[in-house]
Amino acid sequence: MRKLYSSLKYVCIFALVISLIALVAVIAYVLINGVDKLSVDLLFGDYKDTPSILPAFIGTLQLVGIAAVIAVPIGVASAIFLVEYTNNKGKLVKTVQIATETLAGIPSIVYGLFGYLIFVVAFGWGYSMLAGGITLAIMILPTIVRSTQESLLSVQGGLREGAYALGTSKVRTIFKIVLPSASGGIVTAIILAIGRVVSESAVLILTIGMVVNKVPETLMSSGTSLALDIYYFASHGYPDEAAGAAVVLLIFVMILNLLAGFIGNLIRKSTYGDAK
Amino acid sequence: MNEFIGSMDITAKGCNLYYGDFHALKDINIEIPEKQVTALIGPSGCGKSTFLKIFNRMNDLVEGCRIEGEYRIGGVDIFDKETDVNVLRKNVGMVFQKPNPFPMSIYDNIAFAPRTFGIKKKRELDEIVEKSLRRASIWDEVKDRLRGNALGMSGGQQQRLCIARSLAASPKVLLMDEPTSALDPISTGKIEELMEELKKDLTIVIVTHNMQQATRIADKTAFFLLGELVEYGNTDDIFSSPVDRRTERYITGRFG
Amino acid sequence: MKNLYGFWGAREKVMGGVFLFSAIFSILALGTITVFLFVSGVPFIAKTGFAKFIFGSDWAPLADNSSYGIFPMIVASLYVTALSVIIGISIGLLTAIALYKFCPRKLVAPVKQMIGLLAGIPSVIFGLFGMTVIVPFVRDYVSPTGVGYGILSASLVLGIMILPTVVSVSLDSLNSVSNTFYEGALALGATREQATFKIMLPAAKSGILAGVVLAIGRAIGETMAVIMVIGGSPEMPESLFQSVRTLTANIAMGALELQDDALSALIATGVVLFVFTLILNISFSLLKKDSSDKERRGAKK
Repeated sequence: MRKLYSSLKYVCIFALVISLIALVAVIAYVLINGVDKLSVDLLFGDYKDTPSILPAFIGTLQLVGIAAVIAVPIGVASAIFLVEYTNNKGKLVKTVQIATETLAGIPSIVYGLFGYLIFVVAFGWGYSMLAGGITLAIMILPTIVRSTQESLLSVQGGLREGAYALGTSKVRTIFKIVLPSASGGIVTAIILAIGRVVSESAVLILTIGMVVNKVPETLMSSGTSLALDIYYFASHGYPDEAAGAAVVLLIFVMILNLLAGFIGNLIRKSTYGDAK
Repeated sequence: MNEFIGSMDITAKGCNLYYGDFHALKDINIEIPEKQVTALIGPSGCGKSTFLKIFNRMNDLVEGCRIEGEYRIGGVDIFDKETDVNVLRKNVGMVFQKPNPFPMSIYDNIAFAPRTFGIKKKRELDEIVEKSLRRASIWDEVKDRLRGNALGMSGGQQQRLCIARSLAASPKVLLMDEPTSALDPISTGKIEELMEELKKDLTIVIVTHNMQQATRIADKTAFFLLGELVEYGNTDDIFSSPVDRRTERYITGRFG
Repeated sequence: MKNLYGFWGAREKVMGGVFLFSAIFSILALGTITVFLFVSGVPFIAKTGFAKFIFGSDWAPLADNSSYGIFPMIVASLYVTALSVIIGISIGLLTAIALYKFCPRKLVAPVKQMIGLLAGIPSVIFGLFGMTVIVPFVRDYVSPTGVGYGILSASLVLGIMILPTVVSVSLDSLNSVSNTFYEGALALGATREQATFKIMLPAAKSGILAGVVLAIGRAIGETMAVIMVIGGSPEMPESLFQSVRTLTANIAMGALELQDDALSALIATGVVLFVFTLILNISFSLLKKDSSDKERRGAKK
């Protein structure tokens, strides 16, 4: 028996090595294969003669902007209600919890269908950046709510008591004491959510129209995003452009993910000093 | 809207407090004189902290807590509809067992309450900050690092900062919930000296576990046991010739 | 003073209302999504006939005599999900165990951090990797039919994709088991390996199971990485090396040919997918509740 278990140990280590190789292979392949496909035309061109990802880059920023402007205030406010007003228990909290968990589990293509049905068709907006952005906002909402809830719960109760004891109203306590104390965690969560917006593509097939060659004129115009561009290039016979765009997207997302923890810690240090 | 002006004596009549089904405070009647230090003593769980927190209505935050009775500070009924709880708390400051400075600079900690109550001018704020820190006798230690984070200070300094933070709201009553139990003897001594100073303009009610502390600082002492007020009187009398057997047994260290 | 408080009272109420509305927003959003999907999808299923829609094996929306059977897509989805979860879970769980006890302490933190970073790679990148590396590899070295697209390629891509999730969830649930069990087992003379496999692993079971459900949800719901490697023919899967369609791929590919009835058919496909994920969600929260109950009981003792 002992032998069996100690040989299992080596199986585990083998699996660890396989996992790492597989995942590193994806990144290494994308980077190595794509770097030499990058060109000035691809990055900054106007898409007259050769494909360019500039429209996609601008489109991605627009989507991030729309999604963040909607999801961040609603998500944070929602978490504030759950933690500060209901003590994080009770019927409403449970219902909201179930709703956010269910929303978090819905496949992105179903969000896409929903966005298509309501914004593109029912509202008559047609394929537009706004339709895509709002749909993405709903998609990232659960993540923002949940992480903000956790950050708020980790704020020491003594700080709230201290503020109330000075005659501070609830709302002022929330904005001046609780939110600043939790800001590190909240900012990390927001940046990670933005990373998801940048990564997402299935939602956008059905909402923004995959128009790859034009910078969207207004938020009501159709357009594309970096992630969607990769799919378009790969499936329409532009393998080199797909490889190049993948490098840009991968680096973009990696930077966001690294930044998330880094900036969060920075904020935590500046609020709590070196004491914590 | 009720304002707190004039004398700052505290009265409680027919005080009963329940946590759900638990009867935590039973029929307490007390009159606490202004500009003196009154100590609430008694074993853990006797209800003295709960009683203290009635007077700035911190129990409002506790779920399932029900309070009966009449409570007046300077004649104002603190549970009256016309009494704003935030105005009450501005006038009745509180210092907690564990120092709880806000995660911000020393200056912003002190300026927090004045800003809450609408003071914006830098000159005015500077003045209040200096005055409050001086009253809490911590000015000399921190005047060169007012912009430094308050969490960088020692525990004793943090507690005096919290006292200064309360003082900046210009309260008339100061409730202290075991303010020195987390501190070393030197810091404790400093805070006791401070209370001697502060009682010239403030009514101070302090919960303490430490009977020596009560004899050192309190003019009056109230002994609580199992939610009842057993005995209340001048500190000297309570400690030299207690009337109730239970008080005697407690102060001679036979239980608690 | 008086005015200030009047203003405060109003502000308190307004902000409280804003917070409350935001909290309810998630419920409203979920309700709207559910209603819109069902209202636009269910009548179509009823019109086609439930059995014909779910169990029909012919998908030909553009034919003269159009027919809408999504059985091939359901089967393909189940195959891809099952296979990718088997790949992802077996490697991922073993990896988590290795990180838990059988790996130099110094390596754990950086490896965990790296795996967390990998969880953030966009699915379209996995799709591209699958399309340009895995599909040709399968075609040239594995496939007996010379076709690289299909269930095997999709499962390999998804298996790699869900690895980070599986590793971190499993590792978390292993870490949440009280270490006293482990020490107790060692004190009774068990080896480190025995203690890990016979004591810790069973104790972390429900947490790991919740991770499995989470992985199933991600695999069944993934679109982009799948459509780039699955081929896309709406045919009944008969081999691992054959161009087929999953439910998600059916929606995405059909999206490019949206027209009245065809559109309703896609929405109806979405409804089926939605119901699948709802079931998964419910089982996930039941499992999670179970595991956190257990933890709480453990902590009390």
